[in-house]
Amino acid sequence: MNKNLKEQVLRSSGVNVLKCMRCGKCSGTCPSYDEMEYHPHQFVYMVEKGDIETLMNSKSIYKCLTCFACVERCPRGVEPAKVVEAVRLAAVRQQGNNHLKPTDIPGMLDEDLPQQAIVTAFRKYAK
Amino acid sequence: MQRIGVFVCHCGTNIAATVDVKAVAEALGHEPGVVISQDYQYMCSESGQQLVKNAIKEQKLTGVVVCSCSPRMHENTFRKAAASAGLNPYLVEIANIREQCSWIHKDIATATDKAIILGKAAVAKVHLNTPLNSMESPVVKRALVIGGGIAGIQTALDIAEAGFEVDIVEKQPTIGGKMAQIDKTFPTLDCAACILTPKMVEASQNEKITIHSFSEVEDVKGFVGNFTVKIKKKARYVDETKCTGCGLCTEKCPMKKVPNEFNMGLDNRSAVYIPFAQAVPKVATIDPNYCMMLKTGKCGVCSKVCSAGAIDYKQKDTIIEQKYGAIVVATGFNPINLDKYDEFAYNQCPDVVTSLELERLMNAAGPNGGTLLRPSDKSHPHTIVFVQCVGSRCDDEKGKPYCSKICCMYTAKHAMLIREKYPDTEVYVFYIDVRTPGKNFDEFYRRAVEQYNVHYIKGMVGKVTPKSDGKIDVQASDLLANEQLHIDADMVVLAAAIEPDKTARPLATMLTTQMDTNDFFTEAHPKLRPVESATAGIFLSGACQGPKDIPETVAQGSAAAAKAIGLLCKNSITCNPCVAHSNELMCNGCSSCEKVCPYGAITYIDKEFRMPDRTTKIRRVASVNPAVCQGCGACTVACPSGAMDLSGFSNSQIMAEVDAICK
Repeated sequence: MNKNLKEQVLRSSGVNVLKCMRCGKCSGTCPSYDEMEYHPHQFVYMVEKGDIETLMNSKSIYKCLTCFACVERCPRGVEPAKVVEAVRLAAVRQQGNNHLKPTDIPGMLDEDLPQQAIVTAFRKYAK
Repeated sequence: MQRIGVFVCHCGTNIAATVDVKAVAEALGHEPGVVISQDYQYMCSESGQQLVKNAIKEQKLTGVVVCSCSPRMHENTFRKAAASAGLNPYLVEIANIREQCSWIHKDIATATDKAIILGKAAVAKVHLNTPLNSMESPVVKRALVIGGGIAGIQTALDIAEAGFEVDIVEKQPTIGGKMAQIDKTFPTLDCAACILTPKMVEASQNEKITIHSFSEVEDVKGFVGNFTVKIKKKARYVDETKCTGCGLCTEKCPMKKVPNEFNMGLDNRSAVYIPFAQAVPKVATIDPNYCMMLKTGKCGVCSKVCSAGAIDYKQKDTIIEQKYGAIVVATGFNPINLDKYDEFAYNQCPDVVTSLELERLMNAAGPNGGTLLRPSDKSHPHTIVFVQCVGSRCDDEKGKPYCSKICCMYTAKHAMLIREKYPDTEVYVFYIDVRTPGKNFDEFYRRAVEQYNVHYIKGMVGKVTPKSDGKIDVQASDLLANEQLHIDADMVVLAAAIEPDKTARPLATMLTTQMDTNDFFTEAHPKLRPVESATAGIFLSGACQGPKDIPETVAQGSAAAAKAIGLLCKNSITCNPCVAHSNELMCNGCSSCEKVCPYGAITYIDKEFRMPDRTTKIRRVASVNPAVCQGCGACTVACPSGAMDLSGFSNSQIMAEVDAICK
């Protein structure tokens, strides 16, 4: 179990996985269920256990449509889609490590580029 | 010269672990007037009380300060101890160094400082305490039960059995409540009507019980032993004393398209109606929202066919005023509204029903005469899906945070009854947990699984979609098999959460009783006083206090009755002597106090006063009825001239406490 990864996923998702009461409504409502190796309720449970690398290496993270049906219908307000998103983010950030360094920024600056895009790029391509 | 004794309690480690009790006793020993200051492990114990009693006698104490738990806990204990040692009980003051100190602080030094300050304030107050003597107030030997469901009926029957008069106020045209709508009862599967209706008849025939049906409580005044209640008898446009309940008017009424509340709107009734065959009182009621005569003045059929001449289109709401010694609240529950649960298609598809609707669909007196048929096309359902926890155990604004408690069992009952009667019907139950604590409850649930082969699936339904062929697609997860299921269902039954009746909150305001955030009435103590409210003389019966099944409701109904009887048995009760009094010389007759008094204890009198120049003058001054005053202190705050004062909590005493704290 990778404690740092778990911390990272919990922090970037803002989700308290301990609120889950294991009802399975997220997986009952998920339109991509059949495409996924690990299902929304498993994401929540596996993140709680700290088994995050398994999820990061699974195709499931790219099968979530981020439709938020599970977020809308979860009776405990757990927001499983945000957990999936956070795991996906962790995977993207890790693969190939740093794609973007702060020193690269000045050369890339463009007047029309919104600042938000830089922040987003850092999120996606930097550790 | 005052001789004050201070007694500091350890409360085991409750106080002593956070507060240096020896230092508190030492510090308070130096306060003016304190002649003895001691600490002890458990001051409320027999030997602790003896310590106080001995000190009162040996040191000839004129005042006692006990630094211990909240006065709500043990003030009475120490007052009694003081009284038995010959000291007026109102010369005892409690400094709360547990709830307001040790339990909320972590640091010993600061907690000890605070405990000393609280103790000093109590010592300062006790210097100004005066002996007070309680008065007696008579008890009206009549009880009011609000709500005529099984809880209210049981309470009323038990109180009447003890020989006291009881009035039941029921807002519906008949008593019986939710239990009258239920088909069979778990875990014995006896018919609800067969066990309820004899009780309803018993209540109506008991000469000690008066049933005010189609009535509501309008106003409550007074206090324990002496409540004055206004009851509004809503106009039913039928003379209750003349109507024989023959039902001819309901047959002849031309307006037959009124949704039938008793059958959860699954069929229609006429504008003049008797809710069901065994209704008590069996008297017709005219629904003014649908009656043609009342709306347009044209019709009058019911009046023509009524041989008893009971129809009275001119009837008005009437108000009855009655005095009661005790009030029992039994306002019950309702299933929640499912409008916000789009995913279950409750509002889109008539074949998605709530469990209470299913009760009516399966009941012999229901819309289909007891044959289970789909509401949409009256066909026989072959696949039925039950969804548990709809709105229960929710942490969002749509549902309720609590477990509704009864759903697991009634769903097992429904599933079992359907499998028994229609073996060709497949029944699926989606559950999160099956909760069956109760005598013969788990055995009952296991019977549904093992004997009746009901398919219990651990998981939750995510989406219900009505299809064009009349079937319903139920998309759900099976957590144990780790798969998503699609079931082609004919009917879906939702176990909707239950919530307190909407009338409970305004009623709580009238009764000055407490409610929790879910609008359930709060009991005086969650373990030791489960059927009393924190307001003296108000008792709680049934689901108004929390979700309950029938056996629990009946048990609590009887318990509430026992508590009410205990009160009604007494000829008089001791009143709190801490009541307001007005200094007539300072009162300017402005009426401010009268306006804020929630108990109606203040009246104004014209009194003759002798003036300094030997003339007399008649002035209007406030007068407090000490038997009605509850000592809330609102008037002392409202009085602009400082004429109102509260015995035991006088302005000077409170200022002395503030001074001691701020010193």
